[in-house]
Amino acid sequence: MPEALLKLTGVTKRYGQTVANDHVDFEVEKGRIHAVLGENGAGKSTLMKIIYGVVKPDAGEVIWNGQPVDIASPSMARKLGIGMVFQHFSLFETLTVTENISLAVPGTKSELTERIRAASAKFNLEVEPDARVHALTVGERQRIEILRCILQEPRLIILDEPTSVLPPQGISKLFETLKVLASEGIGVIFISHKLEEIRALCDTATVMRAGRVVGVVDPRQETAKSLTQMMIAQDVPPPKARQGSARTAPVLTVSGLNHTPLNPYAPKLNDLHVTLNSGEILGIAGISGNGQDALTRALAGEIRTPPETVMLDQTPIGMHGPDRRRKLGVHFIPEERLGRGAVPGQSLAENAGLTTYHQGLLRSGFIRRAARKERARETISGMDVRCSGTEAPAQSLSGGNLQKFIVGRELSLKPRVLIASQPTWGVDVGAAAAIRQKLLDLRDAGIAVLVVSEELDELLEICDRIQVIFRGRLSPPVSVSQTDVDHVGLAMAGDFDGLVAADG
Amino acid sequence: MSGWQWPVISTVWLPPMARFVLEPRDRVSAFAPIQVALLALVLTFVGGGLLFAVYGVSPVRGIYAVFIDPLTTTYGIGEVLLKMAPLLLIAQGLAIGFRAQVWNIGAEGQLILGAIAASVLAIRFDGTTSALLLPAMILAGMVAGMAWAAIAAFLKTQFNANEILVTFMLTSVALQLLYYLVTGPLKDPMGFNFPQSISFGSSATFPLLIPGTRANASLFMGLFATAAAYIFVRYSFAGYRLSVGGLSAGAATYAGFSSKRAIWLALLVSGGAAGLAGVGEVSGPLGMLQRNISPGYGYAGIIVAVLGGLNPIGILFASAVMALVYVGGDFALLSVGVPNAVTGILQGMLLIFYLACSLLLSARIRRIREEPA
Amino acid sequence: MDVLTFMISGTLAAATALIFAAMGELVAEKSGMLNLGIEGMMATGAAMGFVAATVSGSYTIGFLAGALLGCALSLVFAALTLVFRANQTASGLAIGILGLGLSSAIGKKFESMTLPGLPDLNLGFLSDLPVIGPMFFQLDLMVYLSIVLVYLTWYVLNRTKLGLTIRAVGESPENAHALGLNVRWVRAGCVAFGGAMAGIGGAYMSTAYTPLWAEGMIAGRGWIVVALTVFGTWMVPRVAFGAYLFGSISLLELSIQAFGVNVPSQLMSALPYIVTIVMLALISRNALFIRLNSPASLGATLKLP
Repeated sequence: MPEALLKLTGVTKRYGQTVANDHVDFEVEKGRIHAVLGENGAGKSTLMKIIYGVVKPDAGEVIWNGQPVDIASPSMARKLGIGMVFQHFSLFETLTVTENISLAVPGTKSELTERIRAASAKFNLEVEPDARVHALTVGERQRIEILRCILQEPRLIILDEPTSVLPPQGISKLFETLKVLASEGIGVIFISHKLEEIRALCDTATVMRAGRVVGVVDPRQETAKSLTQMMIAQDVPPPKARQGSARTAPVLTVSGLNHTPLNPYAPKLNDLHVTLNSGEILGIAGISGNGQDALTRALAGEIRTPPETVMLDQTPIGMHGPDRRRKLGVHFIPEERLGRGAVPGQSLAENAGLTTYHQGLLRSGFIRRAARKERARETISGMDVRCSGTEAPAQSLSGGNLQKFIVGRELSLKPRVLIASQPTWGVDVGAAAAIRQKLLDLRDAGIAVLVVSEELDELLEICDRIQVIFRGRLSPPVSVSQTDVDHVGLAMAGDFDGLVAADG
Repeated sequence: MSGWQWPVISTVWLPPMARFVLEPRDRVSAFAPIQVALLALVLTFVGGGLLFAVYGVSPVRGIYAVFIDPLTTTYGIGEVLLKMAPLLLIAQGLAIGFRAQVWNIGAEGQLILGAIAASVLAIRFDGTTSALLLPAMILAGMVAGMAWAAIAAFLKTQFNANEILVTFMLTSVALQLLYYLVTGPLKDPMGFNFPQSISFGSSATFPLLIPGTRANASLFMGLFATAAAYIFVRYSFAGYRLSVGGLSAGAATYAGFSSKRAIWLALLVSGGAAGLAGVGEVSGPLGMLQRNISPGYGYAGIIVAVLGGLNPIGILFASAVMALVYVGGDFALLSVGVPNAVTGILQGMLLIFYLACSLLLSARIRRIREEPA
Repeated sequence: MDVLTFMISGTLAAATALIFAAMGELVAEKSGMLNLGIEGMMATGAAMGFVAATVSGSYTIGFLAGALLGCALSLVFAALTLVFRANQTASGLAIGILGLGLSSAIGKKFESMTLPGLPDLNLGFLSDLPVIGPMFFQLDLMVYLSIVLVYLTWYVLNRTKLGLTIRAVGESPENAHALGLNVRWVRAGCVAFGGAMAGIGGAYMSTAYTPLWAEGMIAGRGWIVVALTVFGTWMVPRVAFGAYLFGSISLLELSIQAFGVNVPSQLMSALPYIVTIVMLALISRNALFIRLNSPASLGATLKLP
């Protein structure tokens, strides 16, 4: 039996009323790749934050190499030999690759450059030492992040959803790197909710659900179905089939959209074309940071364009702001819920009005507070939002519940066009299924829906057509029946020609 | 920032043996800001007491001299009301901007401009008995304050120039403009070359409120501003838009609330209110335009706004406290002989303690009980 | 003394207080801390410096005392923003107000006194050089130290691991924390340095530039320092250049009168502030340029455990 590198017993962590980790026992061994599997909100991230010293547990014991330890901070975790590769990275954009690494790894610049070269060859992680991070792709950034971790000579590396930012081809390359690491005797914790990846890569899997460990298994001995059953408490209804026949006509058209964002590190939009039809869902696939943000802002009106660039039916609306477009029936559900879709410190009642004041909540410049409260109440009951009432501040809700509230608010206004950015990102399974079903219902009701998502599986499941965005350029649309994961994956890496499956 | 966790602070400032965590409050009670302000006041008593001890004055005696003595005489109360008027006006205006994260720190300059504009009318129409003169001066003062703040709004919206710096610089320019006017064009020709204007006639000054004191009717402008601010903040759509912009710029952009409009509105309102305060000074206790119009009301107004929790009703009380500190500082100079620099230190302390205690508004400290594993 | 000599040597002296305070503020801002209390810290430094120098008879002790008190005030700012998570703008204003009150209390009893003023150095043959000597080599020690400080600040920020750490903390305190850097200590250190330098800048005003203490003698220089970091788009050489530019503008007031030009003196006194406003608008106009160069977390409330 291999020696346990890290052992946690009875770890508990509460946030207010919610128990994020409930008496969790967890064990990782040297030279093994250990998966932590669970849906959003199952407690994976809290557990990793405890191991990496970002949060302190309320109770429980952490044993490192047989010694009980109190990991008070990330710097202490690093001293013990625990490294972490973050999902959204912790690199400094204005600094070079070497500078980024030197912040965590001691040594002179020349020594460091030498070590970087050696390690990148050994672990199959090519990087350019003198490049500035802001100029690099997401995949390159991940390689730097992993390299920086490795150069600290850790004995345990945690990777948080590392494949979510990679195109499908990048994933197998990452797996090779991780296998080399394990063969060097390093323990690897691999966090994911994608079953196939875990079955392909990991030696052991700890499955979590609602803050508890529900099983420790060998993923190769399990089927995707059995793992799913462990992971998911409730049965998720499959999406209903399309009601009635699709009758579509163009509603919203974007032609020749160009935009240079104020953020110098974001890609420029270059001649984008979109035709969004009524009664369909159009998906925009792509790795985050390829121009999705500017595209959705231009559609919602946060970025103004020449009038004819965005047309609703035959009317130019490019010059209109978000409130004007909302009055015309164009609604937007942003990716960030707190701080964009909702004001964190304000109550749900106040947030119910954020985008809907002009629909009957005002009387000569003053707010009709009772009507606003009523609207909040309707939204809460209509979307089954779990909260303490209309006076609960937005920040007290879980991500999934707040997202349901925002979706409900936007839908209450009977949109003609709905743009949704990462609508199920970070949302628990039940809420995600409910939101997806809402989008499908809208489609069936003849509404034009555009969904931006990193989750390729989700897009292929609910969309009629897909376009891929890469470095500010947008591929032509392809029907989902004519493509598949591999081909969209190629397009996500910039190969638009291969988008249509040859046999499709 | 959905991933941000409320952290353990025991490593920061509590002994490591105690296990405390800071947790976000689900709901902030209506009384919490009042409790925080009172706590800040108590801490200021302690800090102020130490300060008096440094001057060789008994702490209790010193605090009593500043915070109680003025309230024991009609004259003292009158002085507090007198100083409350400009502080209240300025703070109500500033708070509207601060809620929107528009930091106008140049109320002092806007006050000066308001005073100048009102004085021009008073001097030009000296001797008139028209009842319209004072209202005209009030209007002129407000417009002048707005215009001075509008420069900052224009530079912020058109040139992205930081409003904190611009409003401060404009205050320094306003001071020089005032010095120029009282030594030149607006100087009293019969005034033995003193840098001051003629004394205003009775139709250019506010009537007194309480006989035997200097408190005058300009306080009503402050009370009116309080009522207006209350309605604006609590019920108006414009007030709501401003507060969304201040709490979350992202949400305001998403909703389509124009940040430029917010900047204009915030600066015009606060500039206008400060201009009114300027009218209150020249048409009140001063009765003329002179070099020293304000003992830093424009800056003290910042403290009042923050100390009042940016809440119109809270500001009403905070302005009374700050006015008391001003008057009490003068009293203490006479009664216990400490320099009135103490006033500034006490004001700074109040703000610092309030800011420190404000942590308790958004979070509470919870003790963790170790559970049997 | 001809006009050019007067302008150059005068500019160097007039800019010295600005240079000290601006380098300190720049370092603090690079770490993400927008300390708006410079005016108060400079005023306190000036009062304390003058009092300490007068009482002890030593300029060194004067500067040390000024630095110490400026530093102490800045640590109050650090505590408010880093421990109590208060808004940086409000905290800076609070320190400014407290500092002005403190300076007036400290200097009260010394208000009508003067000092001989920090002596000019005799740099041997350099000082004796014709033309150049009087321009550059007959000034006091602090003028030369301020130039050394500019170089050191540039070197540390751009060429050392410490500077790299400061810049990283200023760009993303969250990432820096995740990497194991101690964000609070780095920031507190930078703020403390800023406070000490502001204190020295203030002490220079009261012991060398105009060797006396008068309430309000800092006259907005603290705010001009904050504006200088924006003009200089957070680059050391540009900030220093801005300081010299402002030094020369403040001399204009004197020289215009010397030329007998009939302009109201108040207009000349207002000139530095007007120029600041105009420059601020011109530089800030290019939002992209500002964004590229400003520390990304500047002024934001710290959200860390």
